[in-house]
Order: sequence, then structure tokens, then C-alpha cells
Amino acid sequence: MSALTYLAEAAVDPKAQQNIAAASGAGIAYGLAAIGPALGIGYLVGQAVQAIARQPESAGQVQTTMFLGIAFTEALALIGFVVFILLKFV
Amino acid sequence: MTDVAEPLAVDGPPPAWAVAIDMAKRSVWLLPVLVIVSAAFWGMDGVLSSVYALGIVICNFLLAAWLLAIGGRIGPAVMGGFALIGFLLRLGLIFIAVMLVKDAAWVELVPLGITLVVTHLVLLFWEMRHVSSALAFPGLKPGPTPNPYLPTPDSSSTTPTA
Repeated sequence: MSALTYLAEAAVDPKAQQNIAAASGAGIAYGLAAIGPALGIGYLVGQAVQAIARQPESAGQVQTTMFLGIAFTEALALIGFVVFILLKFV
Repeated sequence: MTDVAEPLAVDGPPPAWAVAIDMAKRSVWLLPVLVIVSAAFWGMDGVLSSVYALGIVICNFLLAAWLLAIGGRIGPAVMGGFALIGFLLRLGLIFIAVMLVKDAAWVELVPLGITLVVTHLVLLFWEMRHVSSALAFPGLKPGPTPNPYLPTPDSSSTTPTA
């Protein structure tokens, strides 16, 4: 009941509408921004494990480049997180 | 046919850990730049927020490397699992770390967010340049410095001359 009341109030209050839009936008932005890096890291690690299985002697080099690749891919999620912060709290 | 995972054939310290330590050392060079830029635009609160964000980035790298090192010691599949679980775990930890301080009086969210992204990328590009140079020209890569006081396998005299 309280949620319905809040929605009814929000329908007429521009400030509440703005808050709802900001919260929704922030949540969608962060959620979408986390999907891409998750797929990227999964693919990257899968390929790295395959490379190590084919050439175990190059495991060191593969792990080094894999770590850098993971960190680069993760930067996308961090950008999404920063957008989330800026939309929600600034 | 047995599906026992063999430990990864890596000599010395785990590569991911070595890279993360290297990036943590390089971040010391970034610190003065961060302090000057943040102080110029956001004052003391900006400096504190930037330093906090830099700490988050370094902890994130070290935690990722530690998880990969542990997983790599057990087996390739575990390393893959740790990489994916670690991604979710670290995103959650960064979220918590920022949420804990977002209402603090000394926090400026804009420099904190900018520092999070920029230092992450700058440290990565810097390290990538170093790693690609080391891969392209292995002779230039500095090796471990031998200790003159430890015996070597091919020499009988272990006392160094002054």
C-alpha cells in the first residue's frame, strides 16, 4: 500500500519523478555496464586456459597478458559504476 | 583417462601478482599528479577522495592478482572460476567501499569517480607498455639480482672479494 501511495504522489511531484528516473537510469546503466565485461572476461579466461593447455611452457606469458586483459575489460564496468554514482548521488 | 588438473608450469612468483605489485609501485608516481590536480579543482576534499580512489584501485588489482595466483596454483579451471567470481566479488567490494563513504564530509564524488577510472586506465596502459616491451625484447627485461653471499651451483668459492 505504501508503494502505491508513493507512486501516486510521484505522479504529481516532479521532484519525485526526477528521483525515480535517476535511480532507474543509474541501476540500468550499472547493470548493463556489468554484462559486457562479464562476457568479455569469460571469453578471455576461456581462451587463456585453452592457450595454457596447448602450450603449458608459455603459461607465465599467457597469465600476464590475461591479467592485463581482465583489468582492461573491467575498466568498462568501472566506468559504468562511476556513471551510476554520478547519476544517483550528484 | 583421468581429468586431474595439473598445476600451471610457472617458475618464480605468480605472473599476475608480479604485474599487480609493479602497478602498485607505479602508482606512487601518479600520486603527486593526482594530489595537485585534485587540490587545484576540488581542494582538500578532492585530494582525500582521489587518494581514497587510488587506494581502491590498487586494492582491486592486488585482490585480483591474489585470487588468480591462488587459482593458478590449483589448476586452470579453478583459475578461470576465480577470475569470474573475483570479478563479481571485486565489483561488490568497490560498490561497498564507495557507498560507505559517500555521505562523509570529506568526500567529493566527482574526483573520486574520475580518479577511479583514470588511474585504472593509466596504470594499465603504463604496465602494458612495459610488458609488451619485455615480450618484444626479452634481453632488456631486468632479471633477479644474484646474491653474492649465497653459493652458486657452479662455483666452489662463495666468499666475494671486496
